[in-house]
Amino acid sequence: MTIPWLTLLIAAPALGAVLTALVPAGRGTLAKQVAIAFSLLSLAIAIAVIAQFELGADRYQLVEQQAWIDALGIYWALGIDGIGAALIALTAVATPIVAMAMWPEAEAEKRDPKAFFALLLAVEALIFTAFLAKDVLLFYIVFEAMLIPLYFMIGMYGGPQRRYAALKFLLYNLFGGLVMLAAVIGLYVQSVDAGNASFLLTDLVALDIPVETQRWLFLGFMLAFAIKAPLWPFHTWLPDAAAEATPSNAAFLSGVADKVGTFGMIALAVPLFPAAAAEFAPVIVVLAVISIVYGALLAIGQTDMKRLIGYTSISHFGFIVLGIFALTERGATGSTLYMINHGLSTIALFVIVGFMISRRRSRLVADYGGMQKTTPKLAGVFLFAGLSGLALPPLSTFLSEFLVIAGTFEQYRAAAVIATVGIVLAALYILWLYQRTMTGPERADIGATRDLGRREIAVVTPLIALILAIGFFPRTVVDVIDDGVGPTLAEVDVEAPPPLVSVTDHAAEGNDE
Amino acid sequence: MNSIMTHGLAAQAEVHQVVRDASGLISSTWLLIAFPLLGAAVLLLGGRRLDKTGHLIGTAASCLSFVMAVALFVAMLGESGDARAFNVPLWEWFNAAGYQVEVGLLLDQLSMAFVLLITGVGSLIHVYSIGYMEHDERRRRFFGYLNLFVAAMLLLVLASDYLILFIGWEGVGLASYLLIGFWQHKPSAAVAAKKAFVVNRVGDMGMVLAIASMIVVFGSSSFELVFAGAGDAPTSWLNALGLLLLLAACGKSAQFPLQSWLLDAMEGPTPVSALIHAATMVTAGVYLVVRSAAIYDLAPEARTAVVLVGTITLLMGAIIGCAKDDIKKALAGSTMSQIGYMMLAAGLGPAGYAFAIFHLITHGFFKANMFLGAGSVMHGMNDEVNMRRFGGLRAAMPVTFLTFALGYLAIIGIPPFAGYFSKDKIIEAAFADNILIGLCALIGAGITAFYMTRVMLMTFLTSKRWAEDVHPHESPRVMTWPLIGLAALSLVGGAALLYVGGGIVEWLEPVTGEEHHDLPLPVAALIAITLVVVVAGVAVAWLLYGRRPVPVEAPAGNPLTVAARRDLYGDAVNEAVLMRPGQYLTRSLVYVENRGVDGAVIGAAKAVGGLSARWRRWQTGFVRSYALTMLTGAGLVVVAMLLVRLP
Repeated sequence: MTIPWLTLLIAAPALGAVLTALVPAGRGTLAKQVAIAFSLLSLAIAIAVIAQFELGADRYQLVEQQAWIDALGIYWALGIDGIGAALIALTAVATPIVAMAMWPEAEAEKRDPKAFFALLLAVEALIFTAFLAKDVLLFYIVFEAMLIPLYFMIGMYGGPQRRYAALKFLLYNLFGGLVMLAAVIGLYVQSVDAGNASFLLTDLVALDIPVETQRWLFLGFMLAFAIKAPLWPFHTWLPDAAAEATPSNAAFLSGVADKVGTFGMIALAVPLFPAAAAEFAPVIVVLAVISIVYGALLAIGQTDMKRLIGYTSISHFGFIVLGIFALTERGATGSTLYMINHGLSTIALFVIVGFMISRRRSRLVADYGGMQKTTPKLAGVFLFAGLSGLALPPLSTFLSEFLVIAGTFEQYRAAAVIATVGIVLAALYILWLYQRTMTGPERADIGATRDLGRREIAVVTPLIALILAIGFFPRTVVDVIDDGVGPTLAEVDVEAPPPLVSVTDHAAEGNDE
Repeated sequence: MNSIMTHGLAAQAEVHQVVRDASGLISSTWLLIAFPLLGAAVLLLGGRRLDKTGHLIGTAASCLSFVMAVALFVAMLGESGDARAFNVPLWEWFNAAGYQVEVGLLLDQLSMAFVLLITGVGSLIHVYSIGYMEHDERRRRFFGYLNLFVAAMLLLVLASDYLILFIGWEGVGLASYLLIGFWQHKPSAAVAAKKAFVVNRVGDMGMVLAIASMIVVFGSSSFELVFAGAGDAPTSWLNALGLLLLLAACGKSAQFPLQSWLLDAMEGPTPVSALIHAATMVTAGVYLVVRSAAIYDLAPEARTAVVLVGTITLLMGAIIGCAKDDIKKALAGSTMSQIGYMMLAAGLGPAGYAFAIFHLITHGFFKANMFLGAGSVMHGMNDEVNMRRFGGLRAAMPVTFLTFALGYLAIIGIPPFAGYFSKDKIIEAAFADNILIGLCALIGAGITAFYMTRVMLMTFLTSKRWAEDVHPHESPRVMTWPLIGLAALSLVGGAALLYVGGGIVEWLEPVTGEEHHDLPLPVAALIAITLVVVVAGVAVAWLLYGRRPVPVEAPAGNPLTVAARRDLYGDAVNEAVLMRPGQYLTRSLVYVENRGVDGAVIGAAKAVGGLSARWRRWQTGFVRSYALTMLTGAGLVVVAMLLVRLP
């Protein structure tokens, strides 16, 4: 019997969530240990899954398919492609790191911390399912279902305005979900009309949907994803959530969970409705460019560190969406790589800001200054995370940002040029934040602050190592992603023009001279 | 794979050089970068236990790299003149949808010249810093950053692909940021560091878009394929590429209009100013233009732009240099101006590429020499930088004075010192190209003589104007020996580079090509005129500063002096055109975001559902039931649709 690896991957964190929730009240430490153990188990399974992934083999691999509700054509259908593999890796790596960072945060709360960890694992299981689902209804269900644990995570733990932020998060995303549901049903109707009632992605992609219908369905899916991702002007829930959630929760939310939105764009919206995607692409490219510049300008204007990082994410999501809807293979590959790198870099930033907040009990930039003198290690990792945020080569974020710009330049010159303004603005918001918090004379009111402790170093080290490793040796990651992006974009009828100058011929002539 | 790097116009000398795969010692070229990179890693991660030995580790790493460079140079000399280019492939970086980038190095005559300059001057400055930073508690970290800089700069000049070059390009930017802001407790240093990085990023936009354009045009950003294809590319694209690369070069090399960061960068420790902001990093823009010769050769408009930028900057920098009382800022203005000369030469195409590099190298010698001399003066004067507080230091610091004097004679172009040969060649080439540009270069030489004489007089000659409790003394030998080394190079470097073994022009010819234009007047006449202008500059400075006492307080000055003191209003323009509108935009966006966009959504939500009344209920756990209701509802809708659709 073959091992259902993908179901196992989902089952491990799900079981972990249940077991963590079952830990008796008052045994907080045990709950944390159980949660971290299961997040590591999930990581191990994820590694096993990705190790089995073969380049250039089937489009979807390790496929599992069980009829769920036969009459309606609903399946428990899972499969992994290059895009999914990359995002599974991100999620599996990020969860234990976030869990470790949550450790003291949960303690600082007066509440029982076990719920926090149980919810985290529940979200992990749901995110895995979303990245693996090959049944559109299954995707929809987990897409919506993950809002509930996330809602509680934001609403129960965090800053004074957390309830407001959690509610805003929920209402925005539920609204998007509702519209998407209508589109899911509409899509299903198309498949019924075609005589084969099915929610299977492969069946639905094969449908020949008229363009007029595609438009509506595409917009329905896109709205949900654009809220989740989030794209300007649907973004305003994110800064509130980022500011009010605990730092590690904010890291998980914008670093990992929101990637389901951009994943949905590239893995569902584009291949399901290729004609509509091509038609709406120019509009979305404009929104993406606005997001890049708008998010960056707003980040520059913030006084709250976590809000600031929230806005930088809006700018970065703008890059991700831009690369996808440039509809070039290079751009989309860059975007998928960007999803991973943005995850690593944003988690690092949020978590490190969390370290700072745990020392000074303030989110405000103005309450910091001159810290590099007393806490050089903290300043060092903060600068590193910041540099990865501003995409300094050869850190991993650089390659993804460059590929997005280069891929966009092939199709939309002006958009690519405006997007590069983002690299100047990124330098400004990151270095200004660093300048105001870490440099300058030592402040009397800050006094002796302790530098990074062992647990804190353990949290940031894997992030730094990955950012460097992918930066120096991105080849395998890029190959895996490209393996999934190629066939996805093949659904859309946009072909990149070959280079103007065919250089290889010329070099051959040169040799003859 | 062997290939031919070929470029050039049909009418001009065509450049051919076989690029061979490296073997033997040359295949270990990567060690050049590995030594300082390892040094940086050890020093920055090693922690306090290396505080006592850190400076030695850092210096050793740089010196090892220099030894390696010399060995490679010798190996290269063993090859015939047009077979001195080698590919050193390392690993495949990535392949994204057919765009393939290999991490690899190209060691040829041009990169070799830079490698020797970077590791040679770099090692001397490492040695000097042992003394200069002796009392700084963060000396280990300083050497770590210096090593990081050397590694990044070597990658910049050795990369064989524009995207890999960009890694070095940003790496030196990072090192520059860290070192300008090394004394982070000073807010002015932190601000200057950030400014340098951000202004450089404006230039980086040009680099990123240039590489993106190369992908569109050539499908690659490797030197080999781009240069081979340049001949077949449309001129409009080549001009665009040339202008985008020029934008990048302007950022890194502090050329107009991105010059404003360099003067502020003097906040960094003086060895940093000498190494990064005089001898090496700021000249990277010139390297970029010369390296891209294959593109510029075929992009006449872009080349004109390079010439104009260089000419404007050479005059601007010189004028700024005349008005500064801060010795480092006077030298920084001078650096801007001298790089302007190099840019001007680079913009002249094959007629000027080699001279641009020639002047770049001699400038590296004499400017590093003078910056380190200024550092030595500051070291002896309690870190005073105001030249109005110097005077008469000749006697107190004889070694510093004599070495500085050699640098001075070199930069103003007195034969036979280094700058005479290199600058004179540029002035000649400029005249041959365009009489107006030639005149600007000539006037620049006069102004250079003026401001450098002013620095010389105010610092070492004239009467003492020292602050109380200052007791100038000569610097320790660990600092004076590098000065002596650089002074010797300022003395003989020019003649040696021009004449020994065919000279640098012949050495570079396989990479840059060569071209001669006829001068409108005899060379000897031009040399004579240049010397007269230089002597006139010296004389005016003597009349203003040598014969009259130098006031301790700066006089009000005429409008031009006031403008020059304020960097010719570069910052004022930036502030009025970019900063203030930017701040206003950001503030209004924040306002609109908080009140407008968000307010509209929340307001609408409240209005629609009378939500405010139910607000409280949402917050007490009803949401769960709401969500579950929604899911159930969704299921019902599906069933309903099916009932309608499926009979």
